[in-house]
Amino acid sequence: MAVSRLQRAQTRLAYLLVLPATVLILVIYIIPILLVFLASLTDYTLVSDDYEFVGLENYRTMFGDEVFANAVRNTFFYAALFLPCAFVISLILAIAIQEQKQFRSVLEVLYFLPVTSTLAAMALVWATLMDSGQGVINTTLETVGIPGVNWFGNEDVVLYSLATISLWSIIGFNMVLFLAGLTAIPQNLYEAAAMDGADHPIDKFFRVTWPMLGPTAMFVAVTSSITAFKLFDTVAILTQGGPDRASEVFLYLAFLEGFEYFNMGYSAALSLFFLGIIFLFALIQALFTDRSVHY
Amino acid sequence: MADTVAPTNPTTWVGRLRPKSLSRFVTTVLLFLGAWVMVFPFIWMISSSLKPTDEVYDSDFSIIPKTFKGWENYYGVLFDQPYLIFLMNSMIVCLGILVIQLLTAIPAAYALAKLKFRGSTILFGTVIAAITIPINVTSIPLYIGLVRVGLLDTYFAMMFPFIVSVFAIFLFRQFFRGFPDSIIQAARVDGFSEIEIILRLILPSAVPAIAAFSVFSFVAHWNDLYWPLIVVQSQDKMTATLSMMQYQSAFDTDYGRTYASATVVTAPMVIAFLFARRLFIRGITMTGVKG
Repeated sequence: MAVSRLQRAQTRLAYLLVLPATVLILVIYIIPILLVFLASLTDYTLVSDDYEFVGLENYRTMFGDEVFANAVRNTFFYAALFLPCAFVISLILAIAIQEQKQFRSVLEVLYFLPVTSTLAAMALVWATLMDSGQGVINTTLETVGIPGVNWFGNEDVVLYSLATISLWSIIGFNMVLFLAGLTAIPQNLYEAAAMDGADHPIDKFFRVTWPMLGPTAMFVAVTSSITAFKLFDTVAILTQGGPDRASEVFLYLAFLEGFEYFNMGYSAALSLFFLGIIFLFALIQALFTDRSVHY
Repeated sequence: MADTVAPTNPTTWVGRLRPKSLSRFVTTVLLFLGAWVMVFPFIWMISSSLKPTDEVYDSDFSIIPKTFKGWENYYGVLFDQPYLIFLMNSMIVCLGILVIQLLTAIPAAYALAKLKFRGSTILFGTVIAAITIPINVTSIPLYIGLVRVGLLDTYFAMMFPFIVSVFAIFLFRQFFRGFPDSIIQAARVDGFSEIEIILRLILPSAVPAIAAFSVFSFVAHWNDLYWPLIVVQSQDKMTATLSMMQYQSAFDTDYGRTYASATVVTAPMVIAFLFARRLFIRGITMTGVKG
């Protein structure tokens, strides 16, 4: 009797404890997601109160639209530049820094500094460093005889420039993740591999480090991919998608359609496409990584 | 160096030439060169914030300003321009978000971890699913809703999408599950109420997780550009990070002052990081997704 009364009281309390969070999750996540889906089937614009259901028209427009295709191309091209470097450079740095005894923590801090900084503010700094005329980077290049580059004005270069800034801001972050993964590898595996003749650092890497680093590597790859598809800040501050839409990436296009042109219905369709990509990555992560490693 | 050491102490000299220590030395040098590249933008920014405009674009760059305009630049940013208000807005929004996140997430996480109730599985599944939904997807209905209730350009609008953190619920739930049931049972027998159990037993043990999450939340919202760009319309609600958008159209032609403002905006997070390095690294890398 007493136990069941206690149980009932506990259950009541449990509902009370989850109530605020549950209501907010409904209002902030569940209902908006349903509304985005509904909005994507209408021609809703914020400017007029009338709207009609147009079925899949927005999606048809989207897949037939050269502007959309261009934004997807730009995003994938940028991701293809950014991801391999964000992965390989961070891994090499992590391995090199792990072997440093006395400088390890200093180096960790220096490489991590860009991660905590405000990218919007640092983008302004990069804009001046990469200035085509007087920027430090071009003047340095010119002193060693390489002609300066028009980093943000040239359609063929602008995505490389944005990828460079993004790399600068993420390398320390991935490096720390890799360092955590490396530290977790038991030392005796290296000793065992050495007894089997894997003495050379490259042997050690492929026989021990890489297989043991699997979950971390997967985690870094997935999260960096999501970061790549979320490119927004530097585009908004530095290029606004230019020159001539050469740096108009997916999220920036969705932002323009929704909040500059107020084509809410169409922008909702773009948002759901974006969510589809994010879900895909989340799925890959759920299938291949052991969550307990990181949380 | 080596030449003077060699005749007197040959063993050290030979020792230094061993390929292993040589390659280690080269690696260290390369790592510090790389670190210089990572830190250079900060050094350049601080240096430029102390210079007059013409010197910022001077082709022969020097770290130490030839003419020191630091006082004027920072005075201009903090007192002629409304940067104190921008910083305060950022502070209010970040703190407000964090406090409400903790108030909503901790009780929910405790219930999910330690109490039995119907619907807990559905709720937890929803939490997991919601973790993957970024603000960029829900921004349209949230914006329209805020327009409808006339709350655009308020602190409420700036905080609203973030006041429940599904990630925090997930994180704290995992953390609370590790807390031994026997202690909770013993406390119940001793007449502790569940609220007392949360406040006096669970919370103190969860301080590391709460601290790491707090850092993550604060940094993420301090640096957020996307949502303020959508809901902030007036100068007096502008956040420090959003203020950087003004410079996209050459808002201030005083470049020294521009970089003084960039320094002021990024300094709080960088300084806090330098003071609590371990906590920051743990907090920020906890989620995997930067920003």
